[in-house]
Amino acid sequence: MNPFDYKRVTTLKDAISAVKPAASVFLAGGTNLIDLMKRGVTAPETLVDINNLPYNKIEKTATGIRIGAMVHNSDASEHPLVTENFPLLSLALKSGASPQLRNMATTGGNMNQRTRCGYFYDTTMPCNKRSPGSGCSAIGGYTRMHAIFGTSEQCIAVHPSDMCVGLAALDATVTISNGKSEKKILFTDYHRLPGTDPSKDNILQKGELITAVDIPFNKLAKNAYYLKIRDRASYAFALVSVAAALDIQNGLIQSARLAMGGVAHKPWRLFEAENMLQGKRPTNDNFLSAANLAMTGAKSFGANQFKLKLAPNAILEALHLAAGKSAS
Amino acid sequence: MGQFFEDPLDRVDGRLKVTGAARYFAEYDLPDMTFAVMATSAITRGKILTIDTKSAERAPGVLDVLTYLNMPSIPGWQSDPSKPAPQAALGGERYRVLGSDQILFNGQPIALVVADSLERAQYAASLIKATYQKASFETDLEKNKDKGQTVRGPRGADYNRGDANAYKTAAVQLEQEYTIPIETHNPMELHGIIASWKGNDSITVYAKTQGVKSTQQSLMNAFKLDQKNVQVFSEFVGGGFGMALRTWPQEILVAAAAKKIGRPVKLVMSRDQMFTMVGYRPFSIQQIKLGSTKEGQLTGLVHEALSQTSSYEDFAEGTVNMSKFMYACDNVATKYRIVPLDIGVPIWMRGPGEATGAFALETAMDEMAYKLNMDPIALRLKNYTETDPERNRPYSSKYVKEAYQLGAEKIGWFKRNPAPRSMKDGEWLVGYGMSSGVFNASRGEANCRAVVKDDGTLLLQSAASDIGPGTGTAMVQIAHEVLGYPVDKISFELGNSTFPPAPSQGGSTTTSTVGSAVHIACSSLKNKIVNLLLEKGGSDYAGKTAADFTFSDGNVRAGNVSVSIASLLKQQNLPALEVTENSKAGPDQQKYSMYSFSIHFAEVRVHPKTGVVRVKRVVTVADSGKIISPKTAASQMIGGVTGGIGMALMEESVIDHRYGRFINNNFADYHVPVSADIPHIDTIFIDKPDPVINPMGAKGMGEIALIGFAAAVGNAVYHATGKRIRELPITPDKLIE
Repeated sequence: MNPFDYKRVTTLKDAISAVKPAASVFLAGGTNLIDLMKRGVTAPETLVDINNLPYNKIEKTATGIRIGAMVHNSDASEHPLVTENFPLLSLALKSGASPQLRNMATTGGNMNQRTRCGYFYDTTMPCNKRSPGSGCSAIGGYTRMHAIFGTSEQCIAVHPSDMCVGLAALDATVTISNGKSEKKILFTDYHRLPGTDPSKDNILQKGELITAVDIPFNKLAKNAYYLKIRDRASYAFALVSVAAALDIQNGLIQSARLAMGGVAHKPWRLFEAENMLQGKRPTNDNFLSAANLAMTGAKSFGANQFKLKLAPNAILEALHLAAGKSAS
Repeated sequence: MGQFFEDPLDRVDGRLKVTGAARYFAEYDLPDMTFAVMATSAITRGKILTIDTKSAERAPGVLDVLTYLNMPSIPGWQSDPSKPAPQAALGGERYRVLGSDQILFNGQPIALVVADSLERAQYAASLIKATYQKASFETDLEKNKDKGQTVRGPRGADYNRGDANAYKTAAVQLEQEYTIPIETHNPMELHGIIASWKGNDSITVYAKTQGVKSTQQSLMNAFKLDQKNVQVFSEFVGGGFGMALRTWPQEILVAAAAKKIGRPVKLVMSRDQMFTMVGYRPFSIQQIKLGSTKEGQLTGLVHEALSQTSSYEDFAEGTVNMSKFMYACDNVATKYRIVPLDIGVPIWMRGPGEATGAFALETAMDEMAYKLNMDPIALRLKNYTETDPERNRPYSSKYVKEAYQLGAEKIGWFKRNPAPRSMKDGEWLVGYGMSSGVFNASRGEANCRAVVKDDGTLLLQSAASDIGPGTGTAMVQIAHEVLGYPVDKISFELGNSTFPPAPSQGGSTTTSTVGSAVHIACSSLKNKIVNLLLEKGGSDYAGKTAADFTFSDGNVRAGNVSVSIASLLKQQNLPALEVTENSKAGPDQQKYSMYSFSIHFAEVRVHPKTGVVRVKRVVTVADSGKIISPKTAASQMIGGVTGGIGMALMEESVIDHRYGRFINNNFADYHVPVSADIPHIDTIFIDKPDPVINPMGAKGMGEIALIGFAAAVGNAVYHATGKRIRELPITPDKLIE
């Protein structure tokens, strides 16, 4: 780990100005950043600790709820506004990491965590995300955890978050400030696909800070499930995860929300499958059609071939669980 | 011996461990301590062309940077590294760390930085830049199957009993291949050492080791030192599982660095270094060929195993041993080969060899049972043997039939529908599986010092180790049984090379070996006390003989006269009475085959759509002689089963063979079970003393807790799904439908 300076800020203005120098980064929960520094993947000269910024509340707004960027994952997962209105998010949060990590991890930090691709972490190996232009070691290598959607010849890494899969499904928006003005963007537009520049995980610019995430009220709370398939029962990244939520009225799906984790460089929202389900009955046949539709364009890279089968199975299973099947 | 189950002892050092008061090697702080960090090779094979240490040397707080260019000579190592390696593995001298420009495996140390803080050493190590001339390399056993070599020595010889081809003409035949990947011990505690010299000929070491005497010997060999000038301390060890059974080259390197700079040096390795430098369970490919009559009598058994070793040192283990003696079969042949690869050398990992072999044999037995339409237990009973068919000797004790029965009853084995894929719990497929484990039981040589003091305490000392099983607890229990002292007045001290010698903790031998020494030392003290009373006790003891004396609660009684040993010592003006006794097995043991056995049962749920396997219930039965410490023995079984679940379902160290590097060398990607993976585990002990092995009748149990367990899980997965997974680990991708 390189020697570094540490600054603690208490205002947005100070935070933005402190992070302006090239080698300065924000420190929130640090659950990923510190690992990256220890492994030599990143070597910031200054850590700007934003834990004392006033974005640590969950509030009801006119149209939904607002989760501050500094709210800890464990607090968000237990908050009544979340558990009552958006149980999907609570489930997704609790699927992530371990209680100790969730106690430290924040909403904004979770969104900005880097991929867990082993080649990204090993500084002796080529990786376009860590060292642009050096090549992608994962392609042709150990790809069991890697993406099947939205890949490029430059990168096949996946975004590791569970929380983000839930937020993508729930039509959340992200509030970003540059200290002078705020902008709001759709959560599904926050993370990006690798394309020709996998070094960028998302659209956040230098000198910008996420301050909050808003989730609009919906009628999906009754029929929602977050299914995470992983190699052990807890504390493992998803092989595939599915956020599924249905608004079922009079036996018909009024609207559906579906997003996947562990399959792409960003939380992978399944818009076409959602549209297909709208107005249909929550039957196995319809769920199966949605799952198959969702797989359009999927492509495997060797050891992750099983995801082509696991992903639609997981979608089907998640839809059934959302529709009310007992998880047992 | 008494009935230990009536009054089981809590772990004597439990409070120290859970409160953090137990001191592990890395927690020692010495005056002028310095901190070492290794820089490691980024290539797999070749040589270092240049190594630039200037920036590291100039970095703040750096005291020294060692590379092959300035490595002090190690007196005990051969001066010419091109000569064949010496035989003794002690001291790690076969591969000489920083001994030359040659790179033999990826992650090999190329430099050691010593600085005044850990952080400064880490930073400086990151500044070291090397260039290499790369050579071609092989790290993939599956691509080098044809390069198997016979292991030197009797252990490596091919075994034949009867006709090796007999299975080919059997009524029912089975031929299958089983693969187990590299598994890494990954104890929670990282490996390392603190070395501190006094002058040039005396060293004190705090180490993570499974044997303080072994580490002492390694240091004596490497630096040509007298035994009295090498002190090794290792009171608490945070898990070893075999990886701390030898002194690794980097430990000698740290000692050399400490000598050079004249200050104590502490090395705590990083987690990724735990994958490359301290051994692992080797990748293995095994073939089992079974022949049976239609009634289930085995008529032929062939077990062939291929395993990996390093290019610079052979590593062999008893992978095929179990097939030689576990079942009555007239025609048995085994073969074991190793393939040298460009990777660090493996080392024994819990249940070494047998855990690998048992997965193959016990899965094959299950497969054969299904082929025969026979219950897997019935097949094993059909081939049950009361004598060891390999060595034609009786077993010293074997209660495996009882173990089958007890375990089967507990888990409800005979209530299951044995047909594959016949049982369900909602959408989850339900399966039951069983398997056997076995490991050599032995008694080695050990010494123990026992002291009764006039303050009413009993002190025991032996240079034994406790890597977690609860050695101290078992020893206190034995001393309590023999000498009748209250357990809270007995202390057992270990992990100190100045204590009377004892072997390393490995191969499930400590309770048998060190326990016997404790037993003998306490018996000897008893005699001493009796003699003292007979000689100097006065008229109360006139006419008494040794048989008239009984010991309990710190008192010695003869007839109606009882005296506390403490007050006896005071009366006699003796601050203490002490003995040091040697203990070893007698020649009688050669007449028997001594083994510990385990019978495992697992009930699993498998989700057919997602491939997720959950172990729902475990019953494990140990036939390991008399149980000395029921609580810690149960914990040891639970730990072994947990390791077995890891082996069955998740553990795999993955090498990217294009680079020769481990790609999942951290705790996020290398999965060991977490609490949510582990169901309730019923541990059952046969608890019948072995009449031969030692005065307590106790056989070992650390290894058998894990050996065979992976097969029980795999067999249960087959019963649940109808799918036979012969490549561990059984991850969801292998089961998705």
